[in-house]
Amino acid sequence: MEHDPSTTSHYVSDDFYQGLMDAFTGWQSDTAEITDPARRDECRRVLEREARLLDAGSNDDWLGMYARECLYWVPASADGGDPRHEVATAFDDRRRLEDRVFRLSSDYAWSQQPQSRTSRIVSNVAVFATAGDEIVMTRSNFLITEFQAGDYRTWAGWYGHRLRRTGAGWEILVKQVNLINYDQNMRNPSITL
Amino acid sequence: MDGLTPPLATRIDGYDFNYLIQEDRVHRHIYTEEPIFRAEMNRVFGAVWVYLGHESQIPNNDDYVQTRLGLRPIVLVRDSAGKIRALYNRCTHRGSTICRQPSGSAKAFQCPYHGWTFLNSGKIGGVPWPDGYADDFSDSKFNLAQVPRVESYRGFIFGTLNMDAPTLMEYLGPVAKPLAEWVDRHPGKKVVLCNANRLKLHGNWKLVYDNSADGYHVVFSHRSLLAMENRLAAAGDNKGMTFYKESPDSAPMYVYYFGNGHHFKDKRGNVERGKPGALWEIEGVAPGMEYFEEKLRREHPARADEFLDLAASEPMNINVFPNLHILGNHIQVVQPLSVAETDTTWWGTAVVDDDNVLDGAVDDINAIRMRTQEGFPNFGEVDDLMNFEQIQVGLQAEEDEWAYTHRGLGLSDRFSVDEAGTIKGPATDEVFLREYFKEYRRLMTTEPNIQIARET
Repeated sequence: MEHDPSTTSHYVSDDFYQGLMDAFTGWQSDTAEITDPARRDECRRVLEREARLLDAGSNDDWLGMYARECLYWVPASADGGDPRHEVATAFDDRRRLEDRVFRLSSDYAWSQQPQSRTSRIVSNVAVFATAGDEIVMTRSNFLITEFQAGDYRTWAGWYGHRLRRTGAGWEILVKQVNLINYDQNMRNPSITL
Repeated sequence: MDGLTPPLATRIDGYDFNYLIQEDRVHRHIYTEEPIFRAEMNRVFGAVWVYLGHESQIPNNDDYVQTRLGLRPIVLVRDSAGKIRALYNRCTHRGSTICRQPSGSAKAFQCPYHGWTFLNSGKIGGVPWPDGYADDFSDSKFNLAQVPRVESYRGFIFGTLNMDAPTLMEYLGPVAKPLAEWVDRHPGKKVVLCNANRLKLHGNWKLVYDNSADGYHVVFSHRSLLAMENRLAAAGDNKGMTFYKESPDSAPMYVYYFGNGHHFKDKRGNVERGKPGALWEIEGVAPGMEYFEEKLRREHPARADEFLDLAASEPMNINVFPNLHILGNHIQVVQPLSVAETDTTWWGTAVVDDDNVLDGAVDDINAIRMRTQEGFPNFGEVDDLMNFEQIQVGLQAEEDEWAYTHRGLGLSDRFSVDEAGTIKGPATDEVFLREYFKEYRRLMTTEPNIQIARET
């Protein structure tokens, strides 16, 4: 039976979790790095577009960059931990990611009233091959400056993206957001990182 | 242990708590004034039993985790003999912290500054080049200070510096019952901590305590969450916090004030008690819930509802003054940092199956349970914290002095009081605020008998 991941979560299964653990373990090796500048630039453009859409508040277009069965993951542990046995700062499947966007688009998400302005820098992009034909992993560093109601805050760390080539370009299967302060208390973590 | 030291003096010059805390209102100064905050660290946090940590954070001998008692840096240890101690993280030589890692395992701590070493019992182990001292270090004053009274209840570790405080069980009083009920529904009557959603606010710590049994704010402060939780729900479904939607004061949920500042919001009247699957029915959506529900129903048809209830949470908020809150499956710990900065850490809890009573389903239960717990901190608490921060901003208005706490005051038919003195009121009533502030006023006008202990 076909399930719509926007309304039910059947794909976040044992296999999904195991695949996630496998995909995000030991993937950043020199031997797997894709050094072809054209391929690297293609992936870099995906990351830069994502940052641009988030800075612009174009949440629907941003969501459109994600695969139907996707994951937005902000671990509360170094190297991700094991999300089957621990809570994460965020672990959003498709439905919860749409929930997140829905909530932020309401006028009643007080943590985003007034709305934060952000400026994102994504850099140090490295692309790694995987066993999957049309799937690559990217590692990039990020620095988000957030301004809200007179306050500046910064969010820093590195992203691990799992990207799949489609007919139309690349779609994001998983975005792992590794904050350098993943184990510290955070003030108003309500923007999408 | 003995070697007790004399009480510390605390003074709160210029503040009259009989004026600041009134029957129907409290003064802005209790949230904004630095001298009051400093006094609270002794008269509240130094006087009562303060939650320090959970036994599952230090499961084995020699395990430790850093915590605080008020602002005092503490290393909570299970020492080499198995005794739980709350050691001051402060070298007796020059005052440096001796433990710098948030948690770990160690038989001894060596101060990084001059190399003094302390056993995890707090006793000094040695100092470099001892022949440079006329002392032989047998005086107990060189052993680490520690919290003189440390006790556990149902896995929760508390400590107090106040030699005149009652026993922990007397301090908890009637709040011990819901705490036990919350823990005991799990196999082996226990849960373990499993990482946390860690939040911070630029606001006074009491703003968090004020909110903890507040049923009045829910449909307003959490308006976006309620809309989100129900955007996919069929009409008539009651998911998440929807029982607040219509007329919360006529719903079968109540606020209880227990004394000693503790209170309790019991929403369990909204679910059919004892019916397997009743908790799962009202659980909001979470990643993987359909997959794991189908798997549990397929593999454990007779017990699936019981297992799914363990992945869901009981609708109760248990508030143990001054810093421990149980909400759903979370253990929320409030840590004051300054008069206008507070950490609030939402520890997740996992089910354990030491006695193999769950037919191998424990991992599937936890795979759902982790995801159900990530919802509220992400989509609910962030909005509350913004509102608390904006109270801190609003209270900077000096001439507008009062914040009101009088919802329900003067309407005596809204309350009942049982023989133990527990006050029961409707869900949105502020009776818990008025009552806990009376206890706060009593504490702030009483000098606690604060002492520290050292091994001898």
